[in-house]
Amino acid sequence: MGANDIDLILQQTVNAVALGGTYALLALGLAVVFSIMGLINFAHGELMTIAGYVLMYCGIAGVPFVLGVPLAVASAMLAAMAMERVAFRPVRNASGATLLVTSFAVAMILQVLFQNLISPRSQPVIVPDLLGQSITIGGLVIGVNKLFAIAATLVMLVALETFMTRQKHGIAMRAAAEDFAIARLMGIRANTVIAAAFALSGLLAGVAAVLWVSQRASVDPLMGFTPVLKAFIAAILGGLGSLRGAVAGGFVLGFIEVLLAAFLPSDWQEFREPIGLSLVVLMLVLRPNGLIPAATLQAQKA
Amino acid sequence: MTSLLALENFKVRYGAVEAVRGINLDIRKGEVVALLGANGAGKSSTMNGIAGLVPVAEGRVLFDGRDITDLPPEEIPVSGLTLSPEGRRVFSTLTVEDNLRMGAYGVRDGAEIDAARDRVFSLFPILAKRQGQYAGTLSGGQQQMLAIGRALMCNPRLLLLDEPSLGLAPLIVEQVFGLIATLRNQGVTIFLVEQNVAGALTIADRAYLMSSGQITRHVTADEMRTSCSMVESYLGSQ
Repeated sequence: MGANDIDLILQQTVNAVALGGTYALLALGLAVVFSIMGLINFAHGELMTIAGYVLMYCGIAGVPFVLGVPLAVASAMLAAMAMERVAFRPVRNASGATLLVTSFAVAMILQVLFQNLISPRSQPVIVPDLLGQSITIGGLVIGVNKLFAIAATLVMLVALETFMTRQKHGIAMRAAAEDFAIARLMGIRANTVIAAAFALSGLLAGVAAVLWVSQRASVDPLMGFTPVLKAFIAAILGGLGSLRGAVAGGFVLGFIEVLLAAFLPSDWQEFREPIGLSLVVLMLVLRPNGLIPAATLQAQKA
Repeated sequence: MTSLLALENFKVRYGAVEAVRGINLDIRKGEVVALLGANGAGKSSTMNGIAGLVPVAEGRVLFDGRDITDLPPEEIPVSGLTLSPEGRRVFSTLTVEDNLRMGAYGVRDGAEIDAARDRVFSLFPILAKRQGQYAGTLSGGQQQMLAIGRALMCNPRLLLLDEPSLGLAPLIVEQVFGLIATLRNQGVTIFLVEQNVAGALTIADRAYLMSSGQITRHVTADEMRTSCSMVESYLGSQ
């Protein structure tokens, strides 16, 4: 293997970590909510889109990007909490199917609102020039936006891990994810812990949206759909409801996509997605409960 | 003496099935009262209804004179009543320390939490040694101790224990009953559900016998001394 091959592999590894990290953040957001209330929130993508539009309007209004980012993330958090309060609380104890359909309805309503109130077309988002540049490390040319994505993912994962293992409220969320009824018996409020789970998922979707938009410099009403579908696949691959699994699944999916795009012969490129998904299916055949199954599953077996 | 806990015409339903059919009972401060009966008699439903895990269909739950019938489960521990549920149900993915921390979730005062933890560790020295271990890796007996310890973390005035000896080795069962006696001496009032009739009768002050969702007999303190064979034959004849 020559130096060029090694460079190529390193290059693609950086790309895979950047993409996988974004999937991991999104999958984590889905997993946090699913682990607490059994809801697969397909409107998670619209939280991304909302954050994207906030970034867009910040650019139009001349708000600096560094201020636009926290505003965008905060808007996704607020939107997530509003979603829970308005749409999901009334059906909280309904079946998983009801919750799922409700989340589709929320997603579609928001998509139509974006189309009618903002624009059905893709809108440009002003991102700093710096994010479009790249730096050279050794023989490696790395996009600043990729480094930004990797750094942001790392910060988020470390912060979340600390919150979930050290903070009383984070521990309470894990307790509620494992046994909701008993967590309530401890005095952990159902409304609070569920609202917190949504806020956390909104935070993760907001950060993922900033990373996603930074790569594309545009936002459209359906922007959130594809990444959240990928994140859903990642969450299933990792083990639905398992936080560590969601992270693992996100990175594995990112690697599969990037490596296939880089190394699959050009004749085969049109089959990239089915080949990638076949790999996912194969992994699920081997590990039906995901890479790192959720605690509730383990508890049921015990 | 006024009662610490009183159930009045207490009913629990699951759909069309009435698991508890209008029972009345009361527990006074400082007592250990056992609720005995066969499988499916409605004992756990009674416990879960009191703690708010399942809704009370009809009737009232009075704790220290206050109506707690319709309180959500998360508001009951702060009033001084906790349940150590059937099957232990410790948080297996949390450490022993974090399980105890969750037991004190509603307690704001750090010093009070430390004191409660010290008390739990003095009752169960093994838990102190296993603090950093995940609860799922503990043995059944240790998990039961953790479940009781967790329930004690908010310094309850009334502790509900649902089948604390279920599935444990005889030696551990003995320890659990010894512990209940210790807790009683420390002033904790205990309402205990047990299938181990002989064990429960050695530590209880009084007992209610339950079958098919109803209280069929009240064994008073005077009767307790001679009651074991009577109760066993009574429950056996159901």
